[in-house]
Amino acid sequence: MGRYLARRLAQAVFVLWAAFTVAFALLYLLPSDPVAIMLDSGGEGTFVDPEQRAELTARYGLDEPVHVQYLTMLADAARGDFGVSISTGAPVRSMIVEALPETLELAGTALVLALVLGAGTALAATYTRRPWLRQLLLALPPLGVSVPTFWTGLLLLQLVSFRWGLLPAMGDDGVRALVLPAITLALPTAAVIAQVLAKSLALTWSEPYIGTARAKGVSRSGILLGHAARNAAIPVLTLVGVTVGNLVAGSVIVETVFSRAGIGRLTQAAVGAQDIPVVQGLVVLAAVIFVVVNLAVDLVYPLVDPRITRARTLAVAS
Amino acid sequence: MVSLDASPPVLDVRDLRVSYRGRGRVVEAVRGVSLRVDPGEVVALVGESGSGKSTTAHAVLGLLPPGGTVDGGRVHIAGQDVTGWPDRRLRAVRGLRAGLVPQDPTVSLNPVRRVGHQVAEALRAHGLADRRTAAARSVELLDEVGLPDPATRARQYPHELSGGMRQRVLIAIALACRPDLVIADEPTSGLDVTVQKHVLDQFDRLTGERGAAVLFVTHDLGVAADRARRIVVMRHGVIVEDGPAAQVLGTPRHDYTRRLIAAAPSLTSARLRPRAAHATPSPPLVVARDLVKEFRLPAGRRLRAVDGVSFEIARGTTFALVGESGSGKSTTARLVARLTTPGAGTLEFDGQDLGRLRGPAVRRLRARLQLVYQNPYGSLDPRLAVEDVVAEPLTAFGAGSRAERRARVAELLDLVALPAGTARRRPPELSGGQRQRVAIARAVALRPDLLILDEPVSALDVSVQAQILQLLAGLQSDLGLTYLFISHDLAVVRQVSDIVGVMRHGRLVETGTADQVFTAPRHEYTAELLDAIPGRTHR
Repeated sequence: MGRYLARRLAQAVFVLWAAFTVAFALLYLLPSDPVAIMLDSGGEGTFVDPEQRAELTARYGLDEPVHVQYLTMLADAARGDFGVSISTGAPVRSMIVEALPETLELAGTALVLALVLGAGTALAATYTRRPWLRQLLLALPPLGVSVPTFWTGLLLLQLVSFRWGLLPAMGDDGVRALVLPAITLALPTAAVIAQVLAKSLALTWSEPYIGTARAKGVSRSGILLGHAARNAAIPVLTLVGVTVGNLVAGSVIVETVFSRAGIGRLTQAAVGAQDIPVVQGLVVLAAVIFVVVNLAVDLVYPLVDPRITRARTLAVAS
Repeated sequence: MVSLDASPPVLDVRDLRVSYRGRGRVVEAVRGVSLRVDPGEVVALVGESGSGKSTTAHAVLGLLPPGGTVDGGRVHIAGQDVTGWPDRRLRAVRGLRAGLVPQDPTVSLNPVRRVGHQVAEALRAHGLADRRTAAARSVELLDEVGLPDPATRARQYPHELSGGMRQRVLIAIALACRPDLVIADEPTSGLDVTVQKHVLDQFDRLTGERGAAVLFVTHDLGVAADRARRIVVMRHGVIVEDGPAAQVLGTPRHDYTRRLIAAAPSLTSARLRPRAAHATPSPPLVVARDLVKEFRLPAGRRLRAVDGVSFEIARGTTFALVGESGSGKSTTARLVARLTTPGAGTLEFDGQDLGRLRGPAVRRLRARLQLVYQNPYGSLDPRLAVEDVVAEPLTAFGAGSRAERRARVAELLDLVALPAGTARRRPPELSGGQRQRVAIARAVALRPDLLILDEPVSALDVSVQAQILQLLAGLQSDLGLTYLFISHDLAVVRQVSDIVGVMRHGRLVETGTADQVFTAPRHEYTAELLDAIPGRTHR
């Protein structure tokens, strides 16, 4: 176990380094001039004092050769220092730390909702003996996947907030303000989970051990929950690891639609302003989230299926 | 049939009809079967694949696969008419009145639940125990079916148990509620003969003690002969013969039963081919000396799959390697085929040291040494036409022009007694026996010296098995082939081999002529294997 974790941590460090490096290469080697952006506050054609320009360039270390810039930033990043924002001047780290709880709350609620909705739909579709009901339930996920998040958000706002006045339309205080954005963010993920789990359950249902359980006289719900669900869960677990990325990406849209503060809004603003240090910090944050979630998923596999040992997970992963 | 017993039969099936619907077709799998099992009686339901025997057994408990429907007939279990009962109501019968021992122990237990839980569930489903008493009772049941250290086993997962142990667990599940009837559906298919014997002996004893009646579904007349008092023979969805075991086996009335008995290798011992002349002056075709093959296991351990094996195969003869799963017989075959290289020891083929062959020489060797695998469903590319499958080795070695190759394919198909029309068909359209003929035609296409036959008939029904063995015997005489025949089935080996080698744990424990090994085994393991062959009592 100790050796396994050590290897996984080494892998995680490598992934983070790669994410940092690729982001650096893309952001700094692209034809974009951060200093010009900083000085461009007055709109196109503002006069720029060459002295001021040189001073700024030196302060951000942009006059150094690329590899020195890279190594300096990497060393800073390793200490958790991503520099200061070009547009606000605030440290990147404190900007992210401030925005993170809001988004974690939103994404976490959305993930739980997605699991409940998705698994519920798949289990109900497998349990029912009425063909029309099964068809109806199985038609929902493709619908959920194909509807864009911003549209769902706007529709919910229109109906629940404006017409019925049940829940607040915007803001980020209180549980009531969390409901609509969380649902909006959860729906596409719930749809994918429902699709994968329903398919997996259907395959599991034809396994011989299901026949053994039926021959024992176990009830249909007992077979579904006690035998089929756990065997069908592995693909869903794999999916959750991938889905967390979608939730982070989806938060950009949802936080904009519902005017919530958070990582999504921060990302949107930073990209819009070409605030390179902030974008760089956000890329590394996304990589950290990904690595942590997938490590957690890998550690859960053996708990769900005793045939999967940690060593084998690693062999499959590498 | 008149029963003198006053109590009602535990199973009474009358005029049962079952069909499968799928892809616009309706297949009538069971066409009017009437069957009766009296209390405490053991009845064997025998038939080949597609005869409807398993469908009958499953229909009785309402456990047909999707697409299967009962079209007519009545089913009484323990005097109760359960015809047309919905699933919810049948639940009270399943497990409680009639237990089922399913076919394949390796896939019939839930891989993610502990063994003890799965046994306990059978009791809890019928309210015969609560959580705590069920756990204790399941350990007792595992003990009764002969699992060593049952308390530990109960806490293990199915993959930590051997196939034989898993089948014992499934028997414990079927017997948990002390049902009046146990339906055993090919309960030991896929298990080694010695394991099969032990498991079935235990099963017989337990059902006997409890006075449970047994409907024993099997394709193996030998097993039926050993275990059942009455034998019912099914073919194409109907019962063709039903009577006391001794009568069905001794004086069968139906032609099909006679053919089935004639084809069952465990019930006959006739050799298919006159023994090869032993005075051949030529040197042996294959000489193996002290072969060793090791495999690396996780955690730095090593498995010696082949451990110092030596043998010779004379030209034109059949050398059979017999053993149970894990004995190293298939690895030995792969070494001879040079699909893998030995860690130590030498192999000579026609005087050449195989270990020294490199590059083109290995390729030339391939033409003289061909393989036929166990599973004709997996060894033929389903997308190629049969003629392309057979022509593949010819093309690979650039033998002849296109027209010549076509002529050779026709000749080969004729040689393995396949109709010329087969050439343009694809493997999935063919039966198992036909596919194995295609595989044999492909193997002999380049006129090899040695055929390595790895369990060539184990996946086939007995009557088809007999035909393929006949074909192989004929080809051996006509083409002067030498066979290395790998099998777990001693009865089959007896029919075809000249020299027999018995393998166990990677070692060749005994080698001798077929007669000597079968009539006067020197090693105790050989004796144990022979004793485990089903159907000995009726031979």
